[in-house]
Amino acid sequence: MTDPILRVEDLGKTFGSGLGFSLGKRADEVRAVDGCSFSVNHSETLALVGESGCGKSTLGRLLLRLIDPTAGRVHFDNTELTGLAPAQMRDMRRHLQMIFQDPYGSLSPRRTVAQIIAEPLDVFGLVRSRRDRRERVADLMNQVGLSPSFMDRNPRQFSGGQRQRIGMARAIAVDPKFIVADEPVSALDVSVQAQIINLMQDLQRKKNFSFLFIAHDLAVVRHIADRVAVMYLGRIVEIGPKKQIYGMPQHPYTQALLSAAPEPDPERKGKRIILEGDVPSPKRVPPGCSFHTRCPIRQEICSIERPPLREVAPGQLAACHFAKPFPIPLTRPSPAIPA
Amino acid sequence: MVVTTENSQLSSPLLAPEPKPLSQIGYTLFSRPSTIIAFVIVLIFIVVAIFAPLLAPYDPLAQSILKINRLPSASNWLGTDQFGRDVLSRMIHGSRNSLIFGLISPVLAAICGTVLGVVAGYFGGIIDRVISRLIDLLLAFPELLLAIMIAAVLGGGFWNVIAVITVAFIPGFARVARASTLAVKQEPYIEAATAIGLRTPVIIFRHVIPNIAAPIVVLMTLWVASAIRLEASLSFLGIGTQPPNPSWGNIIRDGLNNLFGSPWPIIGAGFAITCVVLSFNLLGDVVRDVLDPEISE
Repeated sequence: MTDPILRVEDLGKTFGSGLGFSLGKRADEVRAVDGCSFSVNHSETLALVGESGCGKSTLGRLLLRLIDPTAGRVHFDNTELTGLAPAQMRDMRRHLQMIFQDPYGSLSPRRTVAQIIAEPLDVFGLVRSRRDRRERVADLMNQVGLSPSFMDRNPRQFSGGQRQRIGMARAIAVDPKFIVADEPVSALDVSVQAQIINLMQDLQRKKNFSFLFIAHDLAVVRHIADRVAVMYLGRIVEIGPKKQIYGMPQHPYTQALLSAAPEPDPERKGKRIILEGDVPSPKRVPPGCSFHTRCPIRQEICSIERPPLREVAPGQLAACHFAKPFPIPLTRPSPAIPA
Repeated sequence: MVVTTENSQLSSPLLAPEPKPLSQIGYTLFSRPSTIIAFVIVLIFIVVAIFAPLLAPYDPLAQSILKINRLPSASNWLGTDQFGRDVLSRMIHGSRNSLIFGLISPVLAAICGTVLGVVAGYFGGIIDRVISRLIDLLLAFPELLLAIMIAAVLGGGFWNVIAVITVAFIPGFARVARASTLAVKQEPYIEAATAIGLRTPVIIFRHVIPNIAAPIVVLMTLWVASAIRLEASLSFLGIGTQPPNPSWGNIIRDGLNNLFGSPWPIIGAGFAITCVVLSFNLLGDVVRDVLDPEISE
């Protein structure tokens, strides 16, 4: 297999650790992302799922250095992004683009669609003339299913789904190798979501970029992803090929998450795992396994030792002491036998 | 399939072709009668100021002991003051000083204040603290007191008065610019601008400033009025335009000493100030409506 396009090593972000007026006080530190390691292969879609506040958006922004990490490294195409000077990082952005969650806020209200889509082209000097620019914009609008005749309108004259198409046109304008999509459909109507998801898949097949798809809708993820990474409290607790994650999840959190997803077929209704308690505050991450406060199969070791991500099946890694390399069907998520 | 569903929405007659932006602005500007009146008044005053020597019936400085404290008449439409000078001519010439101060100072203050405010708001941290404390320092003094203080140090004179009024207005603009920048900075489109690889100065000029322009411009039009008033106050105190040169402020000042001899200088100049101030305030309102994309729809 070839090298992955993106490799993340032990990436971490702690907010509120800067030197403020509260010198010496570190009680307000928030560990949004902690020790994340994974990689994304060429033309692959990796979906990042987790509850609100688990740090998945922060992780996506760390990869593009929209936020600077406090720990760890990001390697992209044999370049270490985390070590680049601002000017070099700007040049790299040609290959790294982002699609945002909020289709209303992510387009500047004072600029026309053509200006918005052409902006990355201008940044990297990819257009030769005004005419060339308009032709490129028209082409991009066609690719995302918008009529080029609307290129001189303002974003406010478009619906949410149309705006998200504009955002996509902007992201693919410079033919990036890697796109982070931060919950790109969660702000849209369900009827429009499917269209946008399909469009993204089409574009990915055509343009062959790699995709980090951040989402909390497991049905959407199942549709679009090649591999899935599950996050809990700033850490990746399980990562692996989609079929394995959905078919035989190894981590009890993944099992609970999947069992909570609505099942359209009433015949197939499985047993729901109801987790006790709330997600602990990222200001006070529990010691040991961060999931042990809510885990149905916890043992003594869980509160003492943090389980590392280890391979439990080919290509599937889980961070649980009791993850077993044999299939556990989703419908019977009884506590695994302690080791 | 996917594509056509939304396209058919797009090309539906509900979204009629967009009117030309310029005519749209013109329409918003002149759809209200109060705006037209305000615009005409401002225009008249500007024309009067430009062509003052041609329009004034008399030399504004020419005194005559024979014509002291006259009431309005056919030869002197607004009467004469205690030195026998024609009040109308003095008002016409005085409009030059008043309008120049009234327009230049807010513009200069808006530029300086916006730069300070945007820099403080966008970069934050220690830069923000230093700039904000400086602004707080300036804000602690009332405008007039600050102006008098600076004028006392610098002395009178045209540019000094402009500088005085400008400095007095900077903190207000900086505050508004900083607050608006803090709000705009949170918008996802600023993050999007970073993500596509724009440099910070480009982000500030292309994405931050256009989106904070509306409150700044409104403030500017409001403070055209304040600047005229402040210049009048400074002239009234003897710091602004120096007698015998007229400005609306020192016409009122002179008139106050001679209120019972002839009230017409105060009535005339006071009316002129009121008209201009009111007109600029009305224009400020409509300019905000034009600049704000959410309202102008």
